Amino acid sequence: MLADLQRDFRSWLVSASDDAAMRFGAGARAGLAVYQNNYRGQLVDCLELSFPQVRTWMGEEAFRAAAIAHIDSHPPHAWTLDAYARDFPATLAAIYPDNPDLQELAWIEQALSDAFVGPDAEPLSLDLLATIDWDAARLRLTPTLMSRPATTNAEEIWTALQEERVAPEGTMLVEAGGLIVWRRGFVSYLKQVDAIEYEAVLHLGRDGSFAALCGMLADRLGEADGVAKAGALLANWLGGGLIVGVED
Amino acid sequence: MSAFNPHFSGYGLGLRKEHYRDFLETDVPVDFVEVISENFMVEGGQPRHILRQVRERYPVALHGVSMSIGSADGLNRDYLRRLRALADEIESLYVSDHLSWSRIDGFNSHDLLPIPYTEEALDLVCANISMAQDVLGRPLLFENPSSYLAFDGAAMTEWEFIAAMSRRTGCDLLLDVNNIFVSATNHGLDAFAFLDGIPADRVRQVHLAGHSQGRELLIDTHDSPVCEDVWSLYARAISLLGPVATMIERDDQIPPLAELLEELSIARAIGGARRVREAEAA
Repeated sequence: MLADLQRDFRSWLVSASDDAAMRFGAGARAGLAVYQNNYRGQLVDCLELSFPQVRTWMGEEAFRAAAIAHIDSHPPHAWTLDAYARDFPATLAAIYPDNPDLQELAWIEQALSDAFVGPDAEPLSLDLLATIDWDAARLRLTPTLMSRPATTNAEEIWTALQEERVAPEGTMLVEAGGLIVWRRGFVSYLKQVDAIEYEAVLHLGRDGSFAALCGMLADRLGEADGVAKAGALLANWLGGGLIVGVED
Repeated sequence: MSAFNPHFSGYGLGLRKEHYRDFLETDVPVDFVEVISENFMVEGGQPRHILRQVRERYPVALHGVSMSIGSADGLNRDYLRRLRALADEIESLYVSDHLSWSRIDGFNSHDLLPIPYTEEALDLVCANISMAQDVLGRPLLFENPSSYLAFDGAAMTEWEFIAAMSRRTGCDLLLDVNNIFVSATNHGLDAFAFLDGIPADRVRQVHLAGHSQGRELLIDTHDSPVCEDVWSLYARAISLLGPVATMIERDDQIPPLAELLEELSIARAIGGARRVREAEAA
């Protein structure tokens, strides 16, 4: 049966066991080795291309060991090889549970890759601002926006590595904040934000109401400072292309 | 259905990111470019933007690696629908993939794995091709892959399998001359018999590429120029097939564009010589 043969082939690729190889006969050894090498080589290449700064940060030997562990435990499923990289940060977290800097660095690289080919969206035109009823306005964030808590200086590490500078040691932030990644035009951006901006981004993602955002910030900072903060954040987000739509 | 795929579209190159700027900013002397479909089956961003810009200047053929036409558990309809959307958007010159399989029970190897040339596999492949052509709304081209393993119990040769597949489904063929050379060398087959055995009137496109010598087998690596033996085989193919759209594939150790254009000029010369002989005979 063809299905049985294909399952045997899958077993060989995933396990590389003698038992799996024997099902194809002794004369198949050389050919099976080529397919095994192609399979693993392709997946290693995928992880290396997807996480170049993680690779530099970890060092070649440690990265290769983590990649092999990932390939052994996560056979690929999706039709696109791009998807194979998505679970690698979880593998790194399992291998290095006490290295939040590494986990956040891996998240940054994956988020930047996803943003690169994410849905297109035009930033909100500043010409529209004068006509908006801010009490009723619901703001729409760019669909490529991704966020996660930031507890380490991973953003600083990534930036140094990206600029081919010596990266700082990994350290915990004095105050946790957030990491946000998005794409404007064809350029992907990474920004570390403080706790209040991170909370504001999450709030806006759940409930696009600008009035509700002002209310949340007023609760945290007081009425005057809260409203002023909302205005400042809005200006930054508009300038950065994070807001792509508004509904009154 | 077959009239959908043009009989001769000239000479082209695989579009790789190292040469994006050349293709967008200069007048590259090619008749078409070919892209890897999956690289552009994304939601948005720069890849799609570049493809649209390139399409304004050159016809574009789509060449896929993930259809897995030989999968015993069928095809992925979501994949086919995405491919259709891309093919429609760029009015693809050809849509091709490989006579191979990659996926079984949700596992996807991301490699072009060999199919046994049995009646069961032929029935399965033909059913899958018919479904894919229905979703795509056009005849597809299927490429003979390089292979490193031959299964016991084959009921027919690769070229007999390909001929029957094309006859039953109306699909067209993408003949990879380097793959014929690699597979023939690896399995001790007669490459000329391969060329003689395929239905010449169904071949719409030819691929040329380089390979390398592995420990025991030739490997289809696309990382070097087309070798003399493959050029000779190409000349023989063109003498049998007549003019066929031909392109050079290079996926690793990618040289400056001028080097690939120089290689492509050899294909043009071989194709041109065939035409001169035809004219003289007439």
